[in-house]
Amino acid sequence: MLTKEQILTWLEEVKDPEIPVLSLIDLGVITDVTVSENDEKVTVEMTPTFSGCPAMDYMKRNVEEVLAKNGVQNFEVRMSFDKPWDSNKISEKGKIALKNFGLAPPPEYNLILDLDILEHVNCPYCNSDNTDLKTPFGPTLCRSMHYCNNCRQMFEQFKPL
Amino acid sequence: MNTEALKDLLYKIADDQLILGHRNSEWTGFGPILEEDIAFSSMAQDKLGHSLAFYSLLHELGESDPDTIAFTRNANQFHNSQLVELPIGEYDFSLIRHFLFDNAEILRFDMLTRSSYTPITTVATKLKGEVKYHVLHANTMIKQLGSSTEEAIGRLQNSLNEALPYALGIFEPSKYEAELIADGIYEGEEKLKAAWLENIKKVLSQTQLELPDLTTITPKNGGRYGEHTEHLQPLLDEMAEVFKIDPTAEW
Ligand SMILES: [Zn+2]
Repeated sequence: MLTKEQILTWLEEVKDPEIPVLSLIDLGVITDVTVSENDEKVTVEMTPTFSGCPAMDYMKRNVEEVLAKNGVQNFEVRMSFDKPWDSNKISEKGKIALKNFGLAPPPEYNLILDLDILEHVNCPYCNSDNTDLKTPFGPTLCRSMHYCNNCRQMFEQFKPL
Repeated sequence: MNTEALKDLLYKIADDQLILGHRNSEWTGFGPILEEDIAFSSMAQDKLGHSLAFYSLLHELGESDPDTIAFTRNANQFHNSQLVELPIGEYDFSLIRHFLFDNAEILRFDMLTRSSYTPITTVATKLKGEVKYHVLHANTMIKQLGSSTEEAIGRLQNSLNEALPYALGIFEPSKYEAELIADGIYEGEEKLKAAWLENIKKVLSQTQLELPDLTTITPKNGGRYGEHTEHLQPLLDEMAEVFKIDPTAEW
């Protein structure tokens, strides 16, 4: 009998294509996995980070491939806003992985997005808060660009949302 | 619940996003500086994502699938405001349009998070955060450039004067206004416009730009009822060509 735990272990190998150190589970986009009692049908529920993120289709296909590779015959991967993603859903492990990758992790916040949480983002290279927001739009939809006045270099942040 | 009223609301929102998304994407590779090139490209991606989310809601209500809706209608079947279909012009104009449009959009999304129609609430709650970044970008750029050089201020002021009648067309009431309000689906264009005006005044007051006297301006209405400028159909033709679908004559 397939179990949810088993499937989650397999899915751990699926990474965000734009941030190859971050698994989809740590990113928080896998919102549910169910195995139906009678026919062992596996349903994986996913939700997009940013709605226009072109990598989401790719991630969905990767999930399907991993299920197929592990011999699951009857499965469905669904993408919806039913349990919408926000950046607080990135796991602690995921935040550490982001920082080691050189991307400032999004701060835990009260889901009311204002300018204050974008200024003075902690620099992933030197940990200084003496930083400025340069632009809320970076090389991918989920990143903003900042400048560290302490170590004098540009860095990117995984934006809070 | 009046389904026709609901569809009308969803169409105008989705069409605004689709058309402005395509206009914004025209800046890719042509931004005045790399950061703005990236910003307009990112916002284009977001807007197209948003239109897809709203077209999907329409599909759930029995309309065609999102691609068919997006790429096979003619101009007179589009409900977007005329503001979003205007050519990108110079950067000043695109920035002003982005400022005027997204400050309305964020308030519209905020209203929709309180809608009695749950599928809208879910989508609006999700997308509101993304629009917040658009507003943040617009307001920051307007504050910076709107109090910089005389030339920049002059150019922005001209664009503001030019765009404002079209921006007022965003709030053209639909024929279902009363039903939507009564059913608690949407709080209405009148209320949206008042809140929008307050917000844009707040930003403009921190610049040397002046908001023209609105009582002297006739809004460029008609977009919500399928009346468009000559700029929309060529854009739709181009979009349809890209997606390799022939536009249908009737729908
Ligand atoms: Zn630093």
